[in-house]
Amino acid sequence: MIRILRTRLQQGNQTSKRPVDALQLPERFRGQPEISPSLCEEGCRGCADACPTEAITLSPLRLDLGSCVFCGRCEEACPTDAIRFTNDHRLAVRQREDLVLSGEELELADALGARMRRLFGRSLTLRQVSAGGCSGCEAELTALGNVVFDLGRFGVQFVASPRHADGIVVTGPVTENMEHALREVYAAVPAPKIVIAVGACPLSGGPFAGADAARGSIPPDIPVDLYIPGCPPHPLTVLDGFLRLLGRLQSATPSARLNPLPGS
Amino acid sequence: MAEGKTTGANQKSGVCYNSVAMPLDEVPGLSPDELRQTAVALCKDGARIVAFFALPRSTDGGHDLFLVLAEDAASRLRLFRTQLGSGEPLSSLSVEFPQAQRFEREIHEQHGIAIPGHPWLKPLRRHAGIPRQSGGVTPGPGYPFFQMSGAGVHEVAVGPVHAGIIEPGHFRFQCHGERVFSLEIHLGYQHRGAEALLMRSSPARQLVIAESIAGDTAMGHSLAHCMVREALAGAAPPLAADALRGIALELERLANHIGDLGAMCGDVAYLPGASYFGRLRGNFLNLLMRLSGNRFGRVLMSVGGVRFGLDHTTRDDFLGRLAKDAADFERVADMTFNTSSVLSRFEHTGVVTEDEARDLGLVGPVGRACGLTRDSRQDHPVGIFRFAHIPTAVAKTGDVTARALVRRLEAQRSITFVQDQLRKLPDGPLTTNVDRAAPKQIVVALVEGWRGEIAHVGMTDDRGQLRGYKIVDPSFHNWFGLSMALRDNEISDFPICNKSFNLSYAGHDL
Repeated sequence: MIRILRTRLQQGNQTSKRPVDALQLPERFRGQPEISPSLCEEGCRGCADACPTEAITLSPLRLDLGSCVFCGRCEEACPTDAIRFTNDHRLAVRQREDLVLSGEELELADALGARMRRLFGRSLTLRQVSAGGCSGCEAELTALGNVVFDLGRFGVQFVASPRHADGIVVTGPVTENMEHALREVYAAVPAPKIVIAVGACPLSGGPFAGADAARGSIPPDIPVDLYIPGCPPHPLTVLDGFLRLLGRLQSATPSARLNPLPGS
Repeated sequence: MAEGKTTGANQKSGVCYNSVAMPLDEVPGLSPDELRQTAVALCKDGARIVAFFALPRSTDGGHDLFLVLAEDAASRLRLFRTQLGSGEPLSSLSVEFPQAQRFEREIHEQHGIAIPGHPWLKPLRRHAGIPRQSGGVTPGPGYPFFQMSGAGVHEVAVGPVHAGIIEPGHFRFQCHGERVFSLEIHLGYQHRGAEALLMRSSPARQLVIAESIAGDTAMGHSLAHCMVREALAGAAPPLAADALRGIALELERLANHIGDLGAMCGDVAYLPGASYFGRLRGNFLNLLMRLSGNRFGRVLMSVGGVRFGLDHTTRDDFLGRLAKDAADFERVADMTFNTSSVLSRFEHTGVVTEDEARDLGLVGPVGRACGLTRDSRQDHPVGIFRFAHIPTAVAKTGDVTARALVRRLEAQRSITFVQDQLRKLPDGPLTTNVDRAAPKQIVVALVEGWRGEIAHVGMTDDRGQLRGYKIVDPSFHNWFGLSMALRDNEISDFPICNKSFNLSYAGHDL
């Protein structure tokens, strides 16, 4: 017991003060990219040829963050800095097409409607379904529960049954062998419900786009409310997405303060 | 040996080494019977199966079979091949060598080759009603679970979607009250078609696929893939790249081992251990992120070397952080391993004996916890491990305690290794040019990932294009170990047993 207490004192408080401020993401971290099609040289295909997942189309330059695995090879190949990865972790959007960047600013996710916010704004429970996920995204979702990110303090919780959940979080390229189970889980969540897709795989197939045994997308009868790209997304990226969806974060700066809870 | 000359002669050939290419013509071609006799003779002498797989021949509808055995004590591999005609069966090795069972099931499922004598020829990855274009066997409805009957016997079904944030798989328990008689594990939910996709992808995409075979082992699998491609082209990465690859591999091991210790604490409701180990795990992921920009080290490995180096300031920063984390780890580990309520749950729980482990061909910390001294870093050293040796951590009791202890020891030794490598990290180029792959070569690359031996086998055709690519994740060897660990245990101990194995579903299902 003494040993436990001593270790407790040594460990101190390790929780990040606010979602973002306490954690300086390192310089090499590749977050939201800046795209400047006007800098492209005529006929240059460097970035598109270097991209392993065909996330880039040219004339004009477009980068689909839903297919992007954030490897930075395009940035390396670009002679004119037309693609530059910043270490801004914010990436979550409400519409799939918002992830296709071509010079304009990324349209970060806006909040759910008033009714859904009233229902879920103070307490959101989620069921996770890995449908072919490699365990990268799953590991980062698990990390959200640790003492550093402490998801619970925002009223968001992963639960053990779809019957206890307000929504599902889907990872993986949706393998054929998991499609049935995914539908069953979605059906078992009581309405109204939300669906959050995490990682490149459910957005585009990611590394597994074109694989024989995975569909590379969430079936159209399961409507997605929030898309969080990355391979895998940093836990802060996921957290930022959750908080935006709940209307707790709106400001444009990365170190935004939390909005008050609905009804308080 | 009764087989006499033929087997004796064959036992002298087919020798190859980790990540050294061998001309396909030099792989001894045996008859199916000779292959069987050779495997039996060598395995009786202590060899074990690294990979056993089939490739279709386009010419006549038959198959080429490749068998890779490891002779760990001699630090060498043995490669053999045989040809099966169209429709020709392959008689099973599994009764004598249970470690062959999963490989033979894979050969059967992917290629439709009959395996007479196999005691457990059940679907491996494919599910009922979902045929594959590549042929092979599509299972009928209703997976044939092993079942028991009798007074008070009941069945518990879990999955594919589990209660936590983990990958899908189905567990079927046959119980008598709390006591588990049998656990059968039905996988395949994660099957994406990684090998086939890798075969037809661009080189840059192949690396991304390799990183995503099992996302928590991005370093291990991408390193194995790079080693295959480099060996096929006869290239050797520079020394600085070898060192950085070793550092990344060990950081991955640290993050996962420490995370596992935390998860094991969580499963016995010991929250201090769960919290502190859980946080420490993140610190090692964050070191990988400082190195490569990604918490799992993704994009660090490139064919020919690594994409990022460490300048002197960053090395000092890493060393400072490591010193603090090492001290923290020791304190938390001491606290945990001295807590009687933790030990009483860990001890004698989920025992796998050394004989069972050897029969099943268990690898990695799970095998070492049963007393098997096998570790690719020691037995088949390549890269930095030719120069820097990490002592193999072995325990004897084969229970959850042993699996926790091995992780603790390996984490300590990995920290020392990383500190050592950072202090003497050579300057110089990070990558070397890699030419086209040579034609008609085969190479076996072994990497000791944090779960154990990762094997990638690549071979080229007469134009230097990939003709075959086989991936064996350590989980492929180890899943049956979990079933054995549960026998005669309480079903309430399943979570802690499962966590102490922490196997990959995606790595198995590919």
